[in-house]
Amino acid sequence: MKDPVVAEHPADTGDTGVERGASAAPSASEAPIPPTQEAAAAKAPHVRPGDRIFRGLATGSGIFIVVLIGAIGLFLLLRAVPSLGLNNANFLTSREWSTGDVGNMRFGILDLLLVTVVSSAVALLIAMPIALGIALFLTQYAPRRLARPFAYVIDLLAAVPSIIFGLWGLLVLGPQLTPIAESLTSALGFIPIFAQGNVSIALSGTIFTASIVLAVMILPIITAVSREVFDRTPVTHVEGAIALGATKWEVVRTTVWPFGKAGYVSASMLGLGRALGETIALTIILSATAKTFGWSLFDGGATFASKIALAAPEFNDPRSAGAYIAAGLVLFLLTFLVNAAARAIVAGHKEYE
Amino acid sequence: MTTDTADLTRLATPPTFQSVSGARKFKNGLATAAVWGAFLVAIVPLVWVLFIVVQRGLPIVVNADWWQKSLNGLLSRQQGGGVYHAIYGTLVQGLVCAVISVPIGLMVGVYLVEYGGRSRLAKATTFMVDILTGVPSIVAALFVYSLWITTFGFGRSGFAVALALVLLMVPVIVRTTEEMLKIVPDELREASYALGIPKWKTIVKIVIPTALSGILTGIMLALARVMGETAPVLVLAAYAPYINYNLFDGPMASLPLLMTTERSNSTAAGFDRIWGAAITLVIIITLFNLLATVVSRVLAPKTK
Repeated sequence: MKDPVVAEHPADTGDTGVERGASAAPSASEAPIPPTQEAAAAKAPHVRPGDRIFRGLATGSGIFIVVLIGAIGLFLLLRAVPSLGLNNANFLTSREWSTGDVGNMRFGILDLLLVTVVSSAVALLIAMPIALGIALFLTQYAPRRLARPFAYVIDLLAAVPSIIFGLWGLLVLGPQLTPIAESLTSALGFIPIFAQGNVSIALSGTIFTASIVLAVMILPIITAVSREVFDRTPVTHVEGAIALGATKWEVVRTTVWPFGKAGYVSASMLGLGRALGETIALTIILSATAKTFGWSLFDGGATFASKIALAAPEFNDPRSAGAYIAAGLVLFLLTFLVNAAARAIVAGHKEYE
Repeated sequence: MTTDTADLTRLATPPTFQSVSGARKFKNGLATAAVWGAFLVAIVPLVWVLFIVVQRGLPIVVNADWWQKSLNGLLSRQQGGGVYHAIYGTLVQGLVCAVISVPIGLMVGVYLVEYGGRSRLAKATTFMVDILTGVPSIVAALFVYSLWITTFGFGRSGFAVALALVLLMVPVIVRTTEEMLKIVPDELREASYALGIPKWKTIVKIVIPTALSGILTGIMLALARVMGETAPVLVLAAYAPYINYNLFDGPMASLPLLMTTERSNSTAAGFDRIWGAAITLVIIITLFNLLATVVSRVLAPKTK
């Protein structure tokens, strides 16, 4: 496609011969402008204004991204600090959340943190093995011609807006889960996580429902990233295992899995990050409750994101909005840490490059 | 890979061990069943969700009014009306977001592939793009709220929503651009340099056009993704049941916002509006996905 464009300038430069080829080769990516004969004679690197501008724009955009992340943290902090000063409860350990009376605001994130972490962790627990299975299926097991369309189908899960997952979770999936939830509480109710929760199971607005929907929503991201890593298993490893007479499963266990394990863990962390920040699906599903989280899967409550989303339309007083922004800041830090950890895992493995 | 290995499994001489033991066969069969099972399990929610959306939404949207009218003046229990005001909001917010995000994302991608190299800034940028990818939409919305609304003093508007969507769209475009530029063969760049064409012109006229189909596909997919985002519209825009063409002022509906608003409407009309809006959203997203496929087919570099 580009050949004609190249051909439009066939005689722009004269023949600068061997010297240019020799000097351009080592620094082709850094200083790619072939010196004209005059410039070469002057021995001064000549940078065209167009190059300078374009390079500036590109570098500026790179800097912009770095600054942007800083700005997110900074502005959230800026808006959160005044409200934190007005807080009459301990922000980290209090389970209360009352910001209606700005003269006496009492808010703490402990309950939000617990609900967020527990629902995401359960979702991860459900999604991890399934995503691993799908990734292996798509890279190793699926018929070659069908692997692409199958992968596309899984990616479609990511294309469904989360608000639709939320509605489906509460109105369609929830009622189907109610009998399972009820039998779990009656049979295993003595274990705290299966105990009778603080909201009605029949309304299905529990962490249990929320976690299953979350699991569905993070499946595509875990699958996509793991798939990419599994695909990079060196062919020689696989062929070696086959040559030794390994069955398909043994090939996977001895070559694909050891190679891709770290990538899979990293993918799961990315999924966790996504689950922690998921907003509208959980806002729709989780039943609000004034009671505190009691470590049961059948509790209701609110996560950071759903708490903020529920209150968002009434952000009018900067002081009460600041309380929610403070919660948002904690969520930002949480996802930052999880994503940075996911990246650190991959960065330690040069073979994934 | 599979074709290669198929030949390798046929041995030149008979193997020393003629048969695979029962236990190994069993484990192999079990694993095969498990991975097939995992795939099928994932298909269930997808089909289920789409089925529900079509079943509940389709009867509502096969009505010309749905696409041509707003909900202005209708009571919450009154049937009829349409959502063109929300479709307008969703499309305009998405497009304005794309207009802002595409140049930024494209330039960051160009920087990372063509200029950054292994410099410290390039590493920091890559890292920050990763972090930005993981920023929850509600955090993006709160950031725009504290910057645009509290600090700058503007009101809630469709434009504020578009700004929040930019934060979600830029990292996706950067990633796609980066990946697509990386696979442009270096020979093309070198041929261009050899003709004395400056680097920036090489990038603009040779490198980007070669990668264009992939980049545009990525942009379309990113656009489809951000249009379904609900958290930013919830925080940054107020709902209006009538059309508002002004992106910078006043309440503006969008499909996700309409759905969350109608959730408090427990009448049959509210139910219809929610699922009608759901299928409308799915249709719009599907159209953008299809458009992405078409664009990538039409613009793909022709290979011999």
